[in-house]
Amino acid sequence: MADKSIKTDMNDEKEIRAINKVSFKQRMISYKRKPLSLLMLIIVAAAAAISAAALIFIMVYVLIRGIPNLTPDLFALNYNSDNVSCMPSIINTVVLTLFTLIIAVPFGVGAAIYLAEYAKKGNRLVKIIRTMAETLAGIPSIVYGLFGMLFFVYALNWGYSLLAGAFTLAIMVLPTIMRTTEEALITVPDSYREGSYGLGAGKLRTIIRIILPSAMPGILAGVILAVGRIVGETAALIYTYGSATGYAANPLSSGRSLAVHMYVLTNEGLHTNQAWGTAVVLLVLVFGINTLSAFIAKKLGNKKG
Amino acid sequence: MEKFAIDNMNLYYGKFHALKNVNLHMEQNKITAFIGPSGCGKSTLLKSLNRMNDLVEGCKITGEIKLDGEDIYGNMDVNILRKRVGMVFQKANPFPMSVYDNIAFGPRTHGIKNKKELDRIVEESLRDAAIWDELKDRLKKSALGLSGGQQQRLCIARALAIKPEVLLMDEATSALDPISTGKIEELCLKLKDNYTIIMVTHNMQQALRISDNTAFFLLGEMVEYNSTDAIFSAPQDKRTEEYITGRFG
Ligand SMILES: Nc1ncnc2c1ncn2[C@@H]1O[C@H](COP(=O)(O)OP(=O)(O)OP(=O)(O)O)[C@@H](O)[C@H]1O
Ligand SMILES: [Mg+2]
Repeated sequence: MADKSIKTDMNDEKEIRAINKVSFKQRMISYKRKPLSLLMLIIVAAAAAISAAALIFIMVYVLIRGIPNLTPDLFALNYNSDNVSCMPSIINTVVLTLFTLIIAVPFGVGAAIYLAEYAKKGNRLVKIIRTMAETLAGIPSIVYGLFGMLFFVYALNWGYSLLAGAFTLAIMVLPTIMRTTEEALITVPDSYREGSYGLGAGKLRTIIRIILPSAMPGILAGVILAVGRIVGETAALIYTYGSATGYAANPLSSGRSLAVHMYVLTNEGLHTNQAWGTAVVLLVLVFGINTLSAFIAKKLGNKKG
Repeated sequence: MEKFAIDNMNLYYGKFHALKNVNLHMEQNKITAFIGPSGCGKSTLLKSLNRMNDLVEGCKITGEIKLDGEDIYGNMDVNILRKRVGMVFQKANPFPMSVYDNIAFGPRTHGIKNKKELDRIVEESLRDAAIWDELKDRLKKSALGLSGGQQQRLCIARALAIKPEVLLMDEATSALDPISTGKIEELCLKLKDNYTIIMVTHNMQQALRISDNTAFFLLGEMVEYNSTDAIFSAPQDKRTEEYITGRFG
C-alpha cells in the first residue's frame, strides 16, 4: 500500500485524472443555476473581443498599407524630396527620446521619492504638488508646445532645436513619470522598509537597495508611457524642435522626429505611400524601445542587495 | 549584568496611551519573555528597544531606555543601535531578492564585501536558524517562493547574520511547526551564551521552557516581572495568575 502511494506520486501528468478539473458540462450546469453570471461572462468577453479587434485592425491596416512601401529609398542615409528618407527622423527620434528621458527621469523619480519617502504623510505641500501633477498630465500637448516656443525657443534664444524640444517634452512627461513612480513606491510594503531599517541600513541604502528595485516595474511602466508620448508627439515638437529634414547634429540644431515627419508627409499630400511606410517604422520603433526598457528594468530589478 | 534598562517609560500613538510607566531591567545573556493578551503593547515595547517606533508618525516616547548604560534615544547612532539590537518581526518579511542576498544584506550594509566571508556568514546563519539543509540548493532562488515557516526562519537567519548583541524576537515561532519551533528554541538556548534575547510569545509552554525571566503585560501596563519560575509557580498578582492559568486573554 505504502509502495503504491509513492508510485502514484511519481506518475506523470497524463495518468492523473484530476477530480478538481471543471468540465464543460459542469460549467454549463452552474451557469444554468446562475444566468446572471453567464450574462456577465458574455459581456466581458465581448468587450475584450471588440477591444482586441480594434487594435488588431489598426495594426493590420497599417502593416498592409505600409509594408509594400518599405523601399530601400525610404532608408537612404540622407533625405531628399525624391526618396523622402525617414532615416534622419529615426535617428532624431531616438536621440530626442534619450535627451528627454535623461532630463525627465531623474527629476520625476527624484520628486516622487521625496513625496513618498521623505515628505510627512498628509503634508499640505505634497497634496498641492500631487494635484498640480494630475492637472498638468491632462493638458493638451499644444499648450506645452506654445510654452516651449515662447520660453526655450525665443526667451532663451535656443531657436528650433533638439534642446528646446527635449526640455518641452520633458516638462510634458514629468507629471506622468512622477505620478507612476510615486504610486509604485507607495505600493512597496512597509514591512520591507522595517526589515531594512531593522538590520541597521540607513534611509539611502534602504531606498536604493530595497525600495527602488521593488518599485522598478511600476517606475518602468511610467517611463514606457512617457516614451509613447514622446515618440508620438507632433504638436509640441513642431514649435520647438522644428521640422528640418536633416540629422540634428548638435543640441542646438533643429530636426524632425518620425511622428512630425509623418505629419508633414501627410500634410503635403505628395508622399502618402511613404507616410504609411513611415508608420510601420514608427510601430517597430516603439515596440523596440519598450522591449529595451523592459530588459533594462529587469536587469536593474535583479541587482543584488 | 544589566543589558537593557527601561525607566518610567510612557509611549503614545497620537493620543492613545499605549505603554504606561514601564520600568523593566533586563539581564545580559538571559532570555526575557514578554507575555500578555493581544493588544497589550508587547510589540510596541519591543520596537522601542531598537527605535523601530521612530518610523511611526505621531509616536511619542517619554522616560529613559539605556543599553549598557547608554541612552539609546540620546546621541547613539540609530543604525548602530539596530546593528547591536537585531529584530525578527511578527510577520515574516523577506526582501524580494534571493535567499543569499537576503542574508547578505545586513553584513553588506555594515561593510563586509569579501565573497568568501559572506558565503561563510550566509551558511552559518542559515545553519543557526535550522534551515540550511532545506535551502542550501536554493540560495539563488527568490525568498518570496518559500513557505511561511521557511520565510520566518530566513528572517531569523537574516537577523543573526549581523551578529547583534541583543536579539528581539516578536512571536518568531508562531508560524512554525513543532520541529522547527524546537530547533529555534534550542538555538535560543545556545545563543544565550553570547547574546541577550528578548522575546514576545503567546505560548506559555515556550516561555516556561526557555526563558529565564518573564514580564506580564496587560492593557499597556507591566503587571509583573520576575524569574520565569516564580511567575509561573507563584505569581504575586491576581491578574497574572488568571492569565497564565488561561482564565482570560
Ligand atoms: N502604529 C500604530 N498606530 C496606532 N496605534 C498602534 C500602532 N501600533 C500599535 N498600536 C496600538 O497599540 C496597542 C498595542 O499594540 P501592540 O502591537 O504592541 O500589541 P501586542 O501586545 O504586540 O499584541 P499582539 O499580541 O496581538 O501582537 C494596540 O492597542 C494597538 O492597536
Ligand atoms: Mg505583537
